[in-house]
Amino acid sequence: MPENVSISLVSKKKLSAMSSKEKVSYILDEVKQDKILVLEVGLDAREEASLIERTMVEIDPDAFIGIEMESYKDDAPRDIFGRFKKAAGQGSSRASMTVVGPADRLKTIRKDGSSIQAMILGGERKKRVSR
Amino acid sequence: MGLVAVLKSGTFAKWLRRMFGKEHAKIGIYGPPNAGKTTLANRVVRDFAGDVMGPASPVPHETRRVRKKANVEVKANGSSLTLDVVDTPGIATKIDFHEFMEVYGMDEDEARRRAKEATEGVIEAIRWLEDVDGVILVMDANEDPFTQVNVTILGNLEARKKPVIIAANKIDMPNASPAALKNAFPQHPVVPMSALTGYNMDALYETMIKTFR
Repeated sequence: MPENVSISLVSKKKLSAMSSKEKVSYILDEVKQDKILVLEVGLDAREEASLIERTMVEIDPDAFIGIEMESYKDDAPRDIFGRFKKAAGQGSSRASMTVVGPADRLKTIRKDGSSIQAMILGGERKKRVSR
Repeated sequence: MGLVAVLKSGTFAKWLRRMFGKEHAKIGIYGPPNAGKTTLANRVVRDFAGDVMGPASPVPHETRRVRKKANVEVKANGSSLTLDVVDTPGIATKIDFHEFMEVYGMDEDEARRRAKEATEGVIEAIRWLEDVDGVILVMDANEDPFTQVNVTILGNLEARKKPVIIAANKIDMPNASPAALKNAFPQHPVVPMSALTGYNMDALYETMIKTFR
């Protein structure tokens, strides 16, 4: 029997109210509870690196093997100020949208510059070898 | 010493390099597991220092600690640059010890130990991003370029304004598509090469001297 999988769409408003550290903790806490998150506004590059680093610390071979995360960047600033900032190397490297979930529940099928196709893996979890 | 003698001795050129560019740079070799980072590091170090960095293997996460080789003088087309070469563990978002058992036939203890060391290696590699002056990002030219690890590493280097070269590795394989990497990351120099066969290493060395000086 497939287990239930929870998907949360997290608003820009909620994410904007958090510090980088809070965002990383929030994402990791949710993912460790088997939730898949779709973030309306993704993480910036340093936050992504911090999330990977924290994920490595939290890996438990018998319960949590890591995360699957995919995002895409908005490379073309629409307004003139955004273009100037990008030209000056000050543009944000923040992802436009990010999907993140437990690595044994979420699998990326295809990704290009503007879309992400992912599959949620059903069925029972792979049985962990107990020691 | 007269002006002509100074120019001939190369002192002036050295002074110019010190004023306007680096004479000695710490270069990190980064990428996802199994992209060929250690094979490339070995190739660079063997070509210019007659040594190797460490063992390379088809099993992911063979390199689980950062390795350094100091004072490697890379030469190409009459120019040179002295580098400290830093070979880093592959960066990943997930590590499952089952993969080492099921795909690579390791026993459980060995697989668990490797997975644990691999997580520590990823953390060490990410922390080293602060310390390097530039990066050779090794990507497998046979794989999708838009992986999260590639995007995250590039984003971090761009945010830190550090120079990066993309080494489009494994172009000796039949499905290699270095053009896909060039199209994916037009803002960075992309050098199609094979660390295993040594194909196009001269072009990589020229690009390294140009980019990291």
